[in-house]
Amino acid sequence: MKLWRFNGGLPSLAEHKNESTHLPIEIAPVPNHLVYPLRQHIGNAATALVKVGDYVLRGQKIADAQGLISAPIHAASSGTVSQIADHLIPHPSGFSAPSISIKTDGLDKELAPSSQPDFRQLSAADLVSLIREAGIVGLGGAAFPTAIKLDNQSKSRRIDTLILNGAECEPYISCDDRLLKERADKVIEGVNVLLHLLGAKRAILAIEDNVPSTFKAIQTAVDKNNNPVINAVQIPTIYPTGGEKQLVQTLTGKEVPSGGIPADIGIVSINVGTVYAVQQAVIEGKPLTSRIITVTGEGVTTPRNLEVRIGTPISTLIDVCNGYTQYAERLIMGGPMMGFALMNDEIPVVKASNCILVASKHEAVTEKQAMPCIRCGLCASACPVSLLPQQLYWFSRSEQLEKAEKINLLDCIECGCCDVVCPSHIPLVQHFRYAKSALKVQHHEKHLSNIARERFEAREDRLTKEKAERAEKSRIKKAALKEKSAKETIDAAINRAKAKKQNPTEGEG
Amino acid sequence: MHFLTSNAPFIAPQNSVQRMMFWVLIALLPGVITMIWQFGYGVLFNIIICLTTALTAEALMLRLRGRPILPFMSDLSAVVTALLLALALPTLAPWWIPFIGALIAIVIAKHLYGGLGYNPFNPAMVAFAVLMVSFPKSMTVWMLPHALQVDSVTFSDLISIIFQQQANPELIDAITAATPLDTMKTQLGLNQTIDEIRSASLFGSIAGTGWQWVSIAFLLGGCLLLAKKIISWHIPAGLLAGLFVISFIAYMSEPGLSPSPTFHLLSGGAMLGAFFIATDPVTAATTTKGRFIYGALIGVLTYIIRTWGGYPEGIAFAVILINMTVPLIDHYTQPRVYGHK
Repeated sequence: MKLWRFNGGLPSLAEHKNESTHLPIEIAPVPNHLVYPLRQHIGNAATALVKVGDYVLRGQKIADAQGLISAPIHAASSGTVSQIADHLIPHPSGFSAPSISIKTDGLDKELAPSSQPDFRQLSAADLVSLIREAGIVGLGGAAFPTAIKLDNQSKSRRIDTLILNGAECEPYISCDDRLLKERADKVIEGVNVLLHLLGAKRAILAIEDNVPSTFKAIQTAVDKNNNPVINAVQIPTIYPTGGEKQLVQTLTGKEVPSGGIPADIGIVSINVGTVYAVQQAVIEGKPLTSRIITVTGEGVTTPRNLEVRIGTPISTLIDVCNGYTQYAERLIMGGPMMGFALMNDEIPVVKASNCILVASKHEAVTEKQAMPCIRCGLCASACPVSLLPQQLYWFSRSEQLEKAEKINLLDCIECGCCDVVCPSHIPLVQHFRYAKSALKVQHHEKHLSNIARERFEAREDRLTKEKAERAEKSRIKKAALKEKSAKETIDAAINRAKAKKQNPTEGEG
Repeated sequence: MHFLTSNAPFIAPQNSVQRMMFWVLIALLPGVITMIWQFGYGVLFNIIICLTTALTAEALMLRLRGRPILPFMSDLSAVVTALLLALALPTLAPWWIPFIGALIAIVIAKHLYGGLGYNPFNPAMVAFAVLMVSFPKSMTVWMLPHALQVDSVTFSDLISIIFQQQANPELIDAITAATPLDTMKTQLGLNQTIDEIRSASLFGSIAGTGWQWVSIAFLLGGCLLLAKKIISWHIPAGLLAGLFVISFIAYMSEPGLSPSPTFHLLSGGAMLGAFFIATDPVTAATTTKGRFIYGALIGVLTYIIRTWGGYPEGIAFAVILINMTVPLIDHYTQPRVYGHK
């Protein structure tokens, strides 16, 4: 298959896969308690369906989707709801947010999996709602509700290509790799479900060429499945080739339009872990309650690939891996390029967590001394979307947000390539994140002030109109009153006169 | 357990300004050694005076500007500026030429414009241009290349020429000569043909006795920079291509009156300029396409200055003039961003 090359990237980034890629998936034990942030996906937070004291089973829905872009949440083990309150969530800023906590009883009683008819008998709409009910979101890290991605009704054009993203380009992470190695058949089954659902003409499963044994496993599964439209492809190992836009370009040569989605060019791209979750939901009737997570880094005694119940506190996973080593310096969720550092290990893993990296001092830099930009342009050569980070930096730093937007700040995917190659050690991505959020705030404020202005103008209009109406009304009223009182006086006078005539003596008596 | 937080990416930087400057210095070594071999220890004096002055000036300016001295000094950028200036200066220039030059480069062209990263003009070339315009006579005393030296010059002769300027004028006449570019310009002005001019021993087998080897040494150093990915190929390729194409056209149309492209590429500062001076990232264009254009414009302008301008060598003026066009070039050569039409 012909492949294309995206701009830049980091072809020689140290992969650090050897630490964990040979470790088979182990099932992590049931923790003492499970914590479910109500928002662990892009979109609206879910609403709790349980209250404190309720007994729940594994697989039971404990929170429901709210609105279209949202996802329900299911309990991962049996136990009692102990608390519905704010809890620390995995977030770069160390926020707390409403979460459901469950005290597990260790019995791990499960809701009987719902029996499913053959998926080929189901309509696309049925499958979409099944996937939505199973709480499936993008497990590659973005956590966008998968049902929306798959729903044809929201699409401008037909999907012809389904891309299965097995390119795990972030260093250290090997959860997708292990999944593909050990459960290739189930993943391919999931691919068949998605092909049926989307009516796509072909499916491409992309794997980086640094894991040939995984490719072999997948190739065997594909051959066994005997569906000619499914293709497994090895692609060059260049960070960030697993980025959706970069993968689309690598495999098809097409570019996702700026501000658009792959569906705009007839493509749906889905992480292989998500495909497995779809298989579990559609074929085996199990909602999403667990996922595979790589626990690695020099800060943890025994690195492992674990199948973890979503909601498990990180501390439990560290215990499973025999605790921290003396080198533990940073607790990172995700990879070292795009992950974020956590404050403590009481934070639970969520649907989007693919890796817990306990980094040592030299695995994660603690402080960089930024020097002035020397305009060397290495950042631009490394940028996988062909931006000019050095000029973006200039505008972001001087708060010239409109100018930064004009040279496409919002197309930045925050992959960190520019940051890593910068000889002046400038934290470029941090500047861009800040500028992006400032721009968002600015847009929002502009939007709000527009609304406020419209509202004010409408109010002014209404008030003037009301005033005019009131004036008009009171004028009419006054006129009527005047007329009425005049008429009444005359009538009264006439009446009096009439009475006098009829009964002339009365008045004098 | 509590952990410190910071922002991604967490991977340690793979590069530093210091590393880039270090490799530039290493890549200059073949050229430096060849120059010393061809033109004697005068080169070393230039280097020493430039380095001492530049580093002292850098430290003083950093202090005055309230910047941390050690991190900025250790980026080696002042060392590179000093060395480039030293290599551009004539080998028997009086001591105050490198001294004033280094001061102009560091104090005026670099720090008064905001220091590393903010100067719009190449500091070494600004200094060179100021010296060239202000002290034209002292800027022409190049020692004869090694192969053409008849009288041997003792070390004390050298000291007295550079520091006391009391040397016997006959000696100076005997050991100095105009550069091949200078001679070519003067002789062409006297209506000599290329063949007549080139028959002089000064011109050597390729493009100028001694000079050609210096150029080739700088070319080799440039290749090292390309191999180490310290510079990209766009600027040197653009510059050399620009100079080659325009000199080739002239050479083909008037072979008797125009020196060959080889002469233009190897007899003067073209190689040093293409790989070490025009590639100064701070003052060059930043986009890939822009860099080629930037290089090509310098190449063409160098030819124009050499051929029709008032000075025999045009690299310094061409670099400074094209530095001015950088914002414009950058503006019109922005790459198409992913997903945009």
